[in-house]
Amino acid sequence: MSILINKQSRVITQGITGKTGQFHTRNCLDYAEGKDCFVAGVTPGKGGQDFEGIPIFDSVAEARAETAADVSVIYVPPPFAAAAIDEAVAAGIKTVICITEGVPVKDMILTRDRMRESDAVLVGPNCPGVITPGEIKIGIMPGYIHTPGRIGVVSRSGTLTYEVVDQLTKLGMGQSSCVGIGGDPVNGLKHLDVMKLFNDDPDTDAVVMCGEIGGSDEEECAEWISQHMKKPVAAFIAGVTAPPGKRMGHAGAIIAGGRGTAADKISALEAAGVTVTANPAEIGLAMRDAIDKS
Amino acid sequence: MKVHEYQAKEILRARGVPVPRGHACFTVDEAIAAATDLDGDRWVVKSQIHAGGRGKGGGVRVVDSLEGVREAAEAMLGMMLVTHQTGPEGQQVNRLLVEEGVEIARELYVGLVIDRSSQRVVVMVSSEGGTEIEEVAATHPEKIFKKFVDPKIGLTEAEAVEMMAQLDLDPAQAVEGGRFLRLLFEAFWETDASLAEINPLVITADDRVIALDAKFNFDDNALFRHPDIVAMRDTDEEDPAELEASAVGLSYISLDGNIGCLVNGAGLAMATMDIIKLYGAEPANFLDVGGGATTDQVTEAFKIMLRNPDLKAILVNIFGGIMRCDVVAEGLVQAAEVVKLKIPLVVRLEGTNVERGREILEKSGLDMITATTMADAAEKVVAATGN
Repeated sequence: MSILINKQSRVITQGITGKTGQFHTRNCLDYAEGKDCFVAGVTPGKGGQDFEGIPIFDSVAEARAETAADVSVIYVPPPFAAAAIDEAVAAGIKTVICITEGVPVKDMILTRDRMRESDAVLVGPNCPGVITPGEIKIGIMPGYIHTPGRIGVVSRSGTLTYEVVDQLTKLGMGQSSCVGIGGDPVNGLKHLDVMKLFNDDPDTDAVVMCGEIGGSDEEECAEWISQHMKKPVAAFIAGVTAPPGKRMGHAGAIIAGGRGTAADKISALEAAGVTVTANPAEIGLAMRDAIDKS
Repeated sequence: MKVHEYQAKEILRARGVPVPRGHACFTVDEAIAAATDLDGDRWVVKSQIHAGGRGKGGGVRVVDSLEGVREAAEAMLGMMLVTHQTGPEGQQVNRLLVEEGVEIARELYVGLVIDRSSQRVVVMVSSEGGTEIEEVAATHPEKIFKKFVDPKIGLTEAEAVEMMAQLDLDPAQAVEGGRFLRLLFEAFWETDASLAEINPLVITADDRVIALDAKFNFDDNALFRHPDIVAMRDTDEEDPAELEASAVGLSYISLDGNIGCLVNGAGLAMATMDIIKLYGAEPANFLDVGGGATTDQVTEAFKIMLRNPDLKAILVNIFGGIMRCDVVAEGLVQAAEVVKLKIPLVVRLEGTNVERGREILEKSGLDMITATTMADAAEKVVAATGN
């Protein structure tokens, strides 16, 4: 097992004919069981065509009716990304993964509000996607650095996640699933939601979380961990040196009004019994320590 | 994106939100003409810079004569205004706002921000106008009233009036205040604002409710649908290095240290700054080259970093995923040659085609230090600066 996606997932790619959609769809097809998993593409006006043998439909509803897909991945440009999420949710897709970077916050507020009435799960936007190593990769992460195993990874960042996965793999710790939740202020799954999924996943033994400055998601996750988490957790929080009031790349990575500092997050996690390292080169080692201690 | 107070007030005025009458001025003559046009016997001359705390720094004056307007304008235009938000060097004042004086009966606070937990806009009001809201939140949290706005409905009249009534206004003032709040929310929502602060919101001696100050920030991701707001951008208020970087698709923030960092991805870029600090030195910048990192971008990134006279060394940390390490290596070699790099360069490459990438760096004959892990890289770059 794993969380969110596995080799049984059937995936629709929204924005499959764009440059980004094409590039990453090819890589996803080449990864593990990808050829069986990616069953449809959607680009309005291009229904009836195909991409690398994947049939293209005009709408998610049509694609889902034809293929019974349960997951969608979105590469459409920022002005249309929130509408693409809405379309997937309305069509009954259960897991929506939005890779697109630069979606207006107001669009996400409205989309998240509409999602209150649905049981669909959103990952992202502005995220690398989700991978269950050895089975399926949905997103833009480099597949080959991952190894199947029993460590869950959840992170707000892209390349920092790759760094962590690489460290884990080199230390012989494979991964059950790796989830990039994205760096936007208004998004889908939070650290806490993913932590709950890993806690309930029988094939995950321990979890690495990477957070960063801004917001209070890590603090809320720490609070939950202290009460409910049954598995060892290691963490790194990026941005100890980040100055207040400056947006550090991600729209969500900003220390505002003295809140959202790395120090606050680190102390909340430590108080919850999480093994926190200050050294980003030793996140894998911190995971091993946390497992050894448990 | 940030705008000046006078621009925020233009946005508000256009949407029916009450603000004092006033004019933006670039010269002393314009300031006097503005005061003459406004008429009356009291004016407020306000320095227009993006940083807050202008009053305490001497950037705001209330004057009772046209001669007073002249003196204030002469003193302010061109001055380096230092506030707690500008840093010690201050920010040059190039624009003024000359406004009619207002008889203040009460000063209140109104703020709107995006609340990440509820995923809604939160409207905050407080009776403690004129004080920084962070201070009120720390000392008197019970004096801040919040409303999380349902995005489908917006802020209703009943909600808005009830919020204002909590500030001990009389019923007529609460209705007027509620009207203000609703119009302000609509302006915020329509313009894709990310922050709005009216501090103070004043009740005048003749019972008007009016925005004495106005601060607005906008969501950069939504600027594509607001060309009128983009036109308000004042690049004089931005760090030249950060501006130059954004023009070539780089995300750059100047910091106080002396080790330059060039990294792909925001999280890894922050982590790289952190590890430099952990090994005893200070980063000179945050720099995210994003997913592309073309030769041109790397060259520009080097040039921007090298403009910092204190720079002692550069650390490049690239985790190649989609971006291949061999392509990055070629870009680095070319960029280092173009800028004739004279300070130590430590390069750590990891990821796709890393062997080939390292080979290119070694064969280039360039004087660069290669590193394998982030720790190795941090140790080497700190050592290279002589720390």
